[in-house]
Amino acid sequence: MTSSARRLAGIRGGVPPRRHNARTIAALTGNPGCTRRAVLDSAGVDKPKLAERIGFPARFGQSRFAITRGNAFEAQVKADGGVELLRLVAERLGVPVPAGASWTDLGGADDLPDRHERSRAALTDPGEGAALFDHPLLGLDVAGQRVHLEPDLVAARLAGRFHVVEIKSFPVIDGQADPAKVAAAAIQSAVYVLALRELLAAEGHDPEQVSHDVVLVCPRDFANRPVASLLDVRKQLLVLRRQLDRMARIDALLADVPADFTADLTADPATLVAALSTVAARYAPECLAACELAYFCRHEARGHTTALGRPVREALGGINEVSEVLALAAGERAPDPEQAEAAALLRAAARLRADALAGDPA
Amino acid sequence: MSTLRALAKAQALAAGVAQPVATVRHLHLAERPLVLVPLAMAGEANAPLAALVGAAPDEARLLIVPQPRNRQQRFAFAAELAGILLPYLDSFRGVTEAAPTDRGRDVRHRYADAPQLLVPNPAGVTFLRLLGRSTRFRRPDGDHPVHPSVPLLGRWLTFFAERAEHPGSAALLAMTEALTLHWATGQSAVEDLHLPALLGWIDPPAGLTGAAAAARAEDPTICPPAGPATDPDFDNRLLAPTIAAYAEAEADPVARAAAYAELERLLRDQLAPTWELMWRGVGLLRALPPGGRVAGRWDGDKDAFTGYAEHLDAGGGPQPRRDGAVAAAVRLHRLERALTSYAVQRAYDDPLVMAEHRLTGEAFVGDVTLADPKRVDDTGKRPVLRPRIQVVTTEPVPMPVGATLWSPARPAQKARVVFVTPGADGKTEVVLELSGGMGRGLTAPPGTVPEVGERLCLTTLSDAFLPAGNFPAPEETPWTHGGPPAAAPPVDGAGVAEGGAAPGSDGDPTEEWT
Ligand code: SF4
Repeated sequence: MTSSARRLAGIRGGVPPRRHNARTIAALTGNPGCTRRAVLDSAGVDKPKLAERIGFPARFGQSRFAITRGNAFEAQVKADGGVELLRLVAERLGVPVPAGASWTDLGGADDLPDRHERSRAALTDPGEGAALFDHPLLGLDVAGQRVHLEPDLVAARLAGRFHVVEIKSFPVIDGQADPAKVAAAAIQSAVYVLALRELLAAEGHDPEQVSHDVVLVCPRDFANRPVASLLDVRKQLLVLRRQLDRMARIDALLADVPADFTADLTADPATLVAALSTVAARYAPECLAACELAYFCRHEARGHTTALGRPVREALGGINEVSEVLALAAGERAPDPEQAEAAALLRAAARLRADALAGDPA
Repeated sequence: MSTLRALAKAQALAAGVAQPVATVRHLHLAERPLVLVPLAMAGEANAPLAALVGAAPDEARLLIVPQPRNRQQRFAFAAELAGILLPYLDSFRGVTEAAPTDRGRDVRHRYADAPQLLVPNPAGVTFLRLLGRSTRFRRPDGDHPVHPSVPLLGRWLTFFAERAEHPGSAALLAMTEALTLHWATGQSAVEDLHLPALLGWIDPPAGLTGAAAAARAEDPTICPPAGPATDPDFDNRLLAPTIAAYAEAEADPVARAAAYAELERLLRDQLAPTWELMWRGVGLLRALPPGGRVAGRWDGDKDAFTGYAEHLDAGGGPQPRRDGAVAAAVRLHRLERALTSYAVQRAYDDPLVMAEHRLTGEAFVGDVTLADPKRVDDTGKRPVLRPRIQVVTTEPVPMPVGATLWSPARPAQKARVVFVTPGADGKTEVVLELSGGMGRGLTAPPGTVPEVGERLCLTTLSDAFLPAGNFPAPEETPWTHGGPPAAAPPVDGAGVAEGGAAPGSDGDPTEEWT
């Protein structure tokens, strides 16, 4: 164990690290500038439990109706050895629909090393024909830890290239889907593209064999019939790489973290809260949809202009605290030289607002 | 975000209650708006689960779909909703009024009032748009016949959803947007999308600050979400078992009726708090005096309503799935013009909105210190009345000499900047030459030229008529834009190809909805 790994284990307490999956890895890119998050995620801390323990439980529940529908759609798309899926993918990629394709289910109950070996062998087998691989077991290094990914995912090898095929149950209606859901699917797919590329590279194959064009399969319009769309995930790959690199340099991150920092769930809540406040966060309202600690960090950031959203903070001249904004606007406080411009604007705004509310002119 | 609005948010946070960002109401509020609170089934493509609908607080009608995945029941829901919406729309088709058209050169008739739909949030607008999309191509005959009111409902819902994209239209409003147009809270824009939290800030219950009321409103067990998405925990703990009980009781009428009643109770409990909030929002908005140009914009909604009713009366078909290239360009152009004019009109109607423009140097307020109302310019072919005034202001005047300004007090009059003289005392003298809005003679009627001592707002924003752009006819769509669209349908209702699309329309009446 490296000294960093030992420290991360210490931060976590006596429990094994929380298992990552593509969703949690994708979430790592949510607020990449936040040290608190990077440290907790690197240590594999169970953030939902942590949030609950300190009295700010997250609300990321999933309706069982949504889960059922998602599973049913996936099963339907993968039925019959993937004949329909193959046709959809080939047509979307603009390559001739192969007469047939092999279907390899790499899932199963075997132990991890076994499955890993099977996935590695199958995916690097130099076969040329069309092939679909279901449930491949992939791996990625996250903060010095090997993370296993067990996606419900199909990797399609067509015309000599691999494509990640992501099956999602949100609808594409008249060619349009919910942008937030598409964005989430894109970053998750990027995790798989990256993992697949690393697997090929490790075996001496060209990682570029894995296309950055991901095939997204969704129900079309209001029915269950699938429709395939292409997603270019190059941008997501860059973001993901950057954040994983940052987490790989965990030593640098840990240098800013006090030696006694702990996120051990058995510690008492007051200790945990005190510890958390020693590691810098960077709360923004976007955290509410992306990080389990959001309610805690929001509470902590109350009174800061960032909690009102980036556009608000910018419109207030980048001043940090709401109380400072108001003092400058009221002229009760002399601005620092670098605040002079913002202060003048705030004073003018306050005067104009007061005039207009007082029924003064025009 | 303007600095003025951002400052209002900072003030709201410090005060513990939302702060006004408008002094007048910038939207029309109908006497009897139709409030619609929809819920959708999680995981499905816009499958309705329930709705509370009605045009007065004590007229709530509950519609539910006991088995949201059942196609028949979905269409039954649509027909029931049509049974409320269509009579509501018809109630506006009694009285007409004459309205000038072609810039006053002609007269045409339109309905004297128009319907207004209110939903809790933008997601509610999307829900109606998609419900319109999934029903407007249906047919009462053919393979999968539906009740004749269903396609009509779909066309009207699509009409309203399209109006909702038109800046300044009040035909279909999201309550959260209507409220944030008038109040700034001490929370972020994402949090403002949650109607209970937003109203917590604007109108906190006695003894609670806005922040505390908003925090309370975030707990779905105290305050159910305002839809259309349900609380996942509600789905898992309460809804799923009740739906299952209803389904299992198929053979037993007594048990089935009981399960149905239970389902109704559950869903009503989820919807009722939002229903209350909707009417509280209506009350808060109604308490504001309407802006001067609100009625003019509502006339636009009356025109659109009249036009679409006439289109349907003439047997017009459903809106296409997607606009053709020319239609899309025309529409975009129309929306852009509406957006500009809406922003200007709000500033003209409301000094608090104009203040945002004063802060950015697009407007200033000053006192008239000199006026020459009789000044005639006779250097041209014929003499013209060109009064001059001098305005002194303490605000910055970044407008260059030669710029044309307007004043909300006299919107038909142009004021050209002749001199700008900054004084040593921080004040600026601006000399302006006036034209227009003073009749045709060489003497200005009283009141048409600002007098000495009048406080005046001058701005580069103009509410003048913007000419429409030029677009090719649809049949001349250039090939770069996909060429002319396929022939338009003559009249909907003439026979249908077996199982296929209606003639000329691109929607499939038998499309699955599963
Ligand atoms: S919620 Fe807190 S820990 Fe999570 S990303 Fe935001 S600021 Fe960082």
